[in-house]
Amino acid sequence: MDRLNDGHTVKSYDGELEHLHCLVLEIGGLVIHQVSEALAAFKSRDPELAQKVIAMDNEVDRLEVQTDDAVSKIIAKRWPLSSDLRLVIAASKSVSDLERIGDEAVRIAGMVIQLFGSESNEPNTLMLRDINRIGNLALISLRNAVEIFDVWDEEKAMRVIESHREMEEEFQGDLRHLLTYVLEDYRNIGFAISVILVIKALERIGHHAHNLAEHVLFRVHGEDIRSRQPFQDG
Amino acid sequence: MPKLIIRIFRVSPCLSRTYPMTTYMYPNLSLENNKLDNGGGGRDFRGISRFYKRSTATRDQTIVEDDKTVGEWSTDSPRITCRTVDVHYGAKLAIDKISLDIGRNEVISFIGPSGCGKSTLLRCLNRMNDTIPGCRVRGEIKLDNEDIYRDDIDVVTLRAKVGMVFQKPNPFPKSIFENVAYGPRIHGLASSKEELAEVVEISLRRAGLWDEVKDYLGHPGTGLSGGQQQRLCIARTIAVNPEVILMDEPCSALDPIATARIEQLIDELRELYTIVIVTHSMQQAARVSQRTAYFHMGKLIEVGATANVFTKPLHKLTDDYISGRFG
Repeated sequence: MDRLNDGHTVKSYDGELEHLHCLVLEIGGLVIHQVSEALAAFKSRDPELAQKVIAMDNEVDRLEVQTDDAVSKIIAKRWPLSSDLRLVIAASKSVSDLERIGDEAVRIAGMVIQLFGSESNEPNTLMLRDINRIGNLALISLRNAVEIFDVWDEEKAMRVIESHREMEEEFQGDLRHLLTYVLEDYRNIGFAISVILVIKALERIGHHAHNLAEHVLFRVHGEDIRSRQPFQDG
Repeated sequence: MPKLIIRIFRVSPCLSRTYPMTTYMYPNLSLENNKLDNGGGGRDFRGISRFYKRSTATRDQTIVEDDKTVGEWSTDSPRITCRTVDVHYGAKLAIDKISLDIGRNEVISFIGPSGCGKSTLLRCLNRMNDTIPGCRVRGEIKLDNEDIYRDDIDVVTLRAKVGMVFQKPNPFPKSIFENVAYGPRIHGLASSKEELAEVVEISLRRAGLWDEVKDYLGHPGTGLSGGQQQRLCIARTIAVNPEVILMDEPCSALDPIATARIEQLIDELRELYTIVIVTHSMQQAARVSQRTAYFHMGKLIEVGATANVFTKPLHKLTDDYISGRFG
């Protein structure tokens, strides 16, 4: 058998694929930063930091356009096949998930400004504890999802997918928990709704991280696992 | 390798990106340790360089078994069956123990680098290799359960049943009508002039050429354009009522428009015939065939549904070839 090269015969094709891969990772790094800063803004009740998170979204959008452009160029120029085709598809889908994660971070930042922007609102700090917990889970999930996109680790991708169940349970638990505050004192309802919106945004971030892991599995295996029921109990 | 790394750095602005992976921002985050400890520390990530694992480094989902054919090489009720076929050109082994079924009304494409044996196997299917001195074929090739290498097989009849279209259009230096009428006449497929004219018309219609040439049937076939000449050759093949059509790079000498017409024709002819096409164009194989067979150095490496072979090949060699990684 011939000795095989690791890269393509046309080296610039390798460069273009690497460029695409790096763009996705760059957006990944940026949205992780965005989500963590949004959570930090919530924790420290810092509307200024929240403004910065919102401003970061322009950069995410710019990179998304750049990635879409890179995807179109590769398809038009190279007609990718096999693992290259799967990489291009996975990159394209992942970028759109990452961009939505960025949007969720902006939503959280918007809530920070709404809740802590004026002195008149003094929120119930007990309710905020739920945000920290689910926020950590979402961030861990997101960070792991971006990391496995970097190294194409199938096992870790499966674990991210499995960990999504914990996230769902946490979300349901938080909803029930917040309801008790509302039942206790109906004046909490306004603040509870805001917290629920933030928790929902974090739950969506976890869901997009789950999608990223699916894209990684598709890239590695060539199999679309969306049709499977990932959380079926045996 | 150093050249490649330099290139990656040149084209990859993210290697100097402002927002690196947060592995460095949150070192305590991991799946094993599901705790978040950002504690305000570790935020200053600028200036951190990261070892970048190349995307091409992970292609371990493919199988590497040098001698074994992977995929679906056999089919139910095949039209052609090849079993452990060896072909030698003198002392040189051109194809090595190939077993493959070719189904009815399917288009199967043979792909692989030059010298891999795909054209050799194609030519075995209608005994075109008989004309090459020093060529020996061993193993078993059956057409409709009949061994085509039996001594009493009439090769001329076999080649009518298994027609061939070549890379370069090769019309006879005769009129368009005579090009198509020649085969049916020598095989006695038409009993009258009218019947012959009907066979010619049907063949030219099936080849999608009738409307273009019906008023010029007496003109020389060599006066047609390249794409028209190739369709004339296809009409000539169809005229003798074959079961199988072999095509050896039928579009490599044609422009994209003529290529598209031939591909459309292949799609239509599939209803009536089994078609085996050798092509160097991966995109053409992907467009026209239902199954694809990949050959490498005389061995059949992988056979499978075209959609699978081009998106998730089973064998690493197939993956490397179709994605352009051979060097």
